[in-house]
Amino acid sequence: MIKPHDYGTTDFLQILKNRAPESVADWDRFNGMRENFPHNFLEGTTVLALVYDTGVIIAGDRQATEGYQVGERRIQKVFKVDRHSAIAIAGVAGPCFETAKLFQVQVEFYEKMEGTSLSLDGQANYLSNLVRTNLGLAMQGLVVLPLFAGYDLRQRKGRIFKYDVLGGRYEEDSYYAIGSGGKDARTTLKKLFQPDMSQESALKAVIESLWDAADEDIATGGPDLIRKIFPTLTVITEEGVSDVSEETVEDMFHELVSRLEQK
Amino acid sequence: MSTPYYVSPDQIWEDKKVFVDRGIEQAKEVVVLEYNNGLLMVAENPRRTIFKISEIYDRIALASTGRVSEYETLRVAGIREAEVKGYTYYREDVTGKWLTNLYSQHMSAIAQGWDVKPLEIELLVCEVDSSPGVSSQIYKITFDGTYEESEKFAVIGGRADAITQKLNDEYTEGLELADALQLASRAFESIEVEESEPYQITPETIEVSCLDVTSGRRKFRRFSVEEIAEIFNHAS
Repeated sequence: MIKPHDYGTTDFLQILKNRAPESVADWDRFNGMRENFPHNFLEGTTVLALVYDTGVIIAGDRQATEGYQVGERRIQKVFKVDRHSAIAIAGVAGPCFETAKLFQVQVEFYEKMEGTSLSLDGQANYLSNLVRTNLGLAMQGLVVLPLFAGYDLRQRKGRIFKYDVLGGRYEEDSYYAIGSGGKDARTTLKKLFQPDMSQESALKAVIESLWDAADEDIATGGPDLIRKIFPTLTVITEEGVSDVSEETVEDMFHELVSRLEQK
Repeated sequence: MSTPYYVSPDQIWEDKKVFVDRGIEQAKEVVVLEYNNGLLMVAENPRRTIFKISEIYDRIALASTGRVSEYETLRVAGIREAEVKGYTYYREDVTGKWLTNLYSQHMSAIAQGWDVKPLEIELLVCEVDSSPGVSSQIYKITFDGTYEESEKFAVIGGRADAITQKLNDEYTEGLELADALQLASRAFESIEVEESEPYQITPETIEVSCLDVTSGRRKFRRFSVEEIAEIFNHAS
């Protein structure tokens, strides 16, 4: 039944808490219980983003680990948010997906209610709040951290935002990578990044940094040539968000491998 | 002690109906018709920010006419309920039939209330399937919550009957988008002929949206004035 007076807020999370409380996790209830719980949780590993001349690339490997085991080989860590933004998440898989889903719904919800899309800064700020709601979880050692990238139609450029568990929001003007292999990916991106690089060289840099992350970090999945599983690369430009096809990613990895063999 | 006065339910209902009819008579029309890729929704509406046609959820749109504040409340409520349902279960579980029931119950409860006036609005809940090839649904809901399912096209607003007559005569299946838009504008023009000046629909005087089955998850698309002009140019 419709209750018009319930419809004051534009915050979807608030509405969800009122209308379907069972859909919202209450992590704080489990404070201090983590150490008595012996199981490992599924964790997503490396995601990264890189700005180039006409947009931004956001990418991630496909593996999730469960302790020292491979938990999932085909997990998706990059999610489209609206026409010009995407989010990639590293950390405990369950809450990661929940955060990404909630964020996507909120942004779309705002757009439908207001009849205009939420600005990229508005989206980045709202994501801060969502990350902060997982603080109770983070304090138990179960961290969920997003990397947010989008094409800003007002500033006409690709932008990247990283976060800390307290909801701190920091803009990166060139590249960033998070997750277990994040540091390794960053090292490679640091060497390959150039201001105003083309999409082609940006894609190559991303492929190489994902390779290096998988090479150095045991939790990060590289290209799986037998099962045909490849990292996901998503490109965001003024025209919108589009995934790089699996064939293209496969070709680029083959090219990288043959380049490395010649060394 | 005073005797409570008696009014027959027939009389009450008749009064409410007359009241709403008077309101709806003034309401501008909205036409929804099926074309080869989904549903086209056209409203006579020169305003650029106050819309009669809106996106509700992936495959569902709402066309409304009558009092703006009244249907705006229902639009907002529909979006929220749909998002909550889709989030709790699965996006595909949000259907036009479900939304129609939700609106119908609300409108019927208000129409039956003693101390409130009935809503002076008419709604069309429009829905396409997630994949091409399957037909679309249009539900027309009136002030007392009664609804009916229409096939191929439906019209709401003051002169809905005259427009429906025109569409009955001229509608054919499998129209291209541009031809469907032409047909809708001809239907609008046909009801305005009695006025002294010949009436012409231009891209500035109408609001046009569609639910396009070939687009991704979100099927709804609102056309700008430039895009409407462009579509008109493509009509055969």
